[in-house]
Amino acid sequence: MNVLEVENLKKHYPIHAGLLRKEVARVRAVDGVSFHIAKGETLALVGESGCGKTTVSRCILRAMPVTSGAIRFAAGEGRTVDLATLPKRQVRRLRRHMQMIFQDPYASLNPRMMVGDIIAEPLKVNGVPAAERRERVRELLELVQMPQSARSRFPHAFSGGQRQRIGIARALALNPRLVVADEPVSALDVSVQAQIINLLLDLQDRLGLSMLFVAHDLSVVRHVSDRVAVMYVGRMVEVAPTDALYRAPLHPYTEALLAAVPAPDPARRGHRRVAQGEVADPIRPPPGCAFHPRCPYAVDRCRAERPELAPAAGGRWVSCHRAGELGLTGVA
Amino acid sequence: MLPTPMAERVSLAIRDLAVQFESEQGVVRALDGVSFDLHAGRTLGVVGESGCGKSVTARSILRIVDRPGRITGGRMLLDPGTDGEVDLATLDPESRPMRAIRGGRVGLIFQEPMTALSMHYTVGNQIIEAVRQHNDLSKSAARDRAVELLREVGIPRPEARIASYPFELSGGLRQRVGIAMALAGDPDIVIADEPTTALDVTTQAQILALLRRLQAEKNIALMLITHDMGVIAEMADEVAVMYLGRVVEFAPVTELFAAPRHPYTRALLRAVPSILAAPRQRLSTIGGAVPHPGQRPSGCAYHPRCGERLGAICMERPPAPVPPGMTGASCFRDEPQERAA
Repeated sequence: MNVLEVENLKKHYPIHAGLLRKEVARVRAVDGVSFHIAKGETLALVGESGCGKTTVSRCILRAMPVTSGAIRFAAGEGRTVDLATLPKRQVRRLRRHMQMIFQDPYASLNPRMMVGDIIAEPLKVNGVPAAERRERVRELLELVQMPQSARSRFPHAFSGGQRQRIGIARALALNPRLVVADEPVSALDVSVQAQIINLLLDLQDRLGLSMLFVAHDLSVVRHVSDRVAVMYVGRMVEVAPTDALYRAPLHPYTEALLAAVPAPDPARRGHRRVAQGEVADPIRPPPGCAFHPRCPYAVDRCRAERPELAPAAGGRWVSCHRAGELGLTGVA
Repeated sequence: MLPTPMAERVSLAIRDLAVQFESEQGVVRALDGVSFDLHAGRTLGVVGESGCGKSVTARSILRIVDRPGRITGGRMLLDPGTDGEVDLATLDPESRPMRAIRGGRVGLIFQEPMTALSMHYTVGNQIIEAVRQHNDLSKSAARDRAVELLREVGIPRPEARIASYPFELSGGLRQRVGIAMALAGDPDIVIADEPTTALDVTTQAQILALLRRLQAEKNIALMLITHDMGVIAEMADEVAVMYLGRVVEFAPVTELFAAPRHPYTRALLRAVPSILAAPRQRLSTIGGAVPHPGQRPSGCAYHPRCGERLGAICMERPPAPVPPGMTGASCFRDEPQERAA
């Protein structure tokens, strides 16, 4: 069963200029993206800045209106709703089923609220009685491995890693059907990052979380995700089970991304090819495949015709005219 | 274990460097006896988590430590053992010689290149000014030099780009301009403080390749500060691992990764997520977090988190620092070894 199905999602921003504020251009931040998240699955959404991954996550949470496309969400009791078209008021009622874990544990917790109240807030908003709230906060603190004494303290008393645990406890308070985590470990130091990654793995096992994990760090993603969706300039270029994607990428951009990650092993030094050029401008994406100016395998067709995301063997999807004939290099 | 040949001349020798920040809350020892050498043509990777003192070390060398921080001890010898030896620690930060060294002999590359660049002037104006500050050149000769610098750092169409404002450039191009600025005074020492942390991964790979090429061409002594073990593995010849204001381990890069000597280094390496991980692979963790530098634990500052603690000795007195030129850990379990000179 799928918790979420996104189909042909588009988010365009018009750019206005001149006296009449005429639309002169459009930023195609997200330009026809499709994917699904199965129950209990963690899907990582990866790509470089400006690829549209954060915009996708914000559209799903309806933090911004959608230009077109469908976002089908399993809202419980066999009911499926389209978040893309649902009136704002009804979206708010569904919010308890979709929770968010933020990047910055310093900015995302109210400094004037005690930790117990921060975690209990979503419960209170949803009318959970006080006695039940207290019990639930106790459970949640235990779940994220924080001492019970934390509840009567303020966020400033805690380190970045502990604050991130508090944020996770708050996100899980209402047993959400979907958790959207936007770069949840990228602001943390290595030793703390490892603790939070392990915590997320534990929570996946214990609670069967369904999660959209938005991240740029491909090493972190390999640890925590079941499948990976790679975006480039507003489009999905490849979706595949994690291990398959890392071992044998099907899209040249995925290959370039993997090759660019410095591995913590000096013996591998210098064995990688560096992708040339820069990420294309989403206002004027190149014709054909947006990656073609940087792609070492590009042929005439890539410059003229835009590839569509198409199924490949092993439950994979790839958007490349030459998929399957390239034999690309992954990381073992 | 074979000693590493380090025949290249020492450009900068840091000895027992101490920096304190004094405030009403008390004294914070940001650096507490840091020693190492920078060698021409070699890259020293300085790695550690937030608060370990890596950036303070860089700022001390350039004498731009923010108030209320001040250097309270130690020496920073430029060209040690030569007739021209200068101790940067004794210079007035505002003095002419220090200003000539900062951006001249010693170049600095920041994490966010906008730190070094002004929004209000073109890239060209800023590089030309930096070139003229450190060289006796006419305006037009300085302009030619600026174009050449932009070309050297791989900026396409430098004659046109010279008229751009920093905000018109992508993050990757801005960092290339930042590197051109750092090179404007023909430095033989370059300090790069997290130069690729703000960049995307494919851009990071390009900038690291650029730094490596420039270093080889110019025989630069590069001090590369990062929190990323992958970047260290990719770039460093030798590595200094820092924890709470001290160098806790110093080793050639292959030795550091193959046989880390300090329990903190071992724990850190096991905690790093890897692009080679198995599905759902858990990481080893270090208990707790880095303490605030104002609340330095007694004895070995790492002892409360150390899984290999020996006992009372680790809590009572700090282990000896690794002497410069040696490979080893500042740990009671370790005996540093000589590296061949």
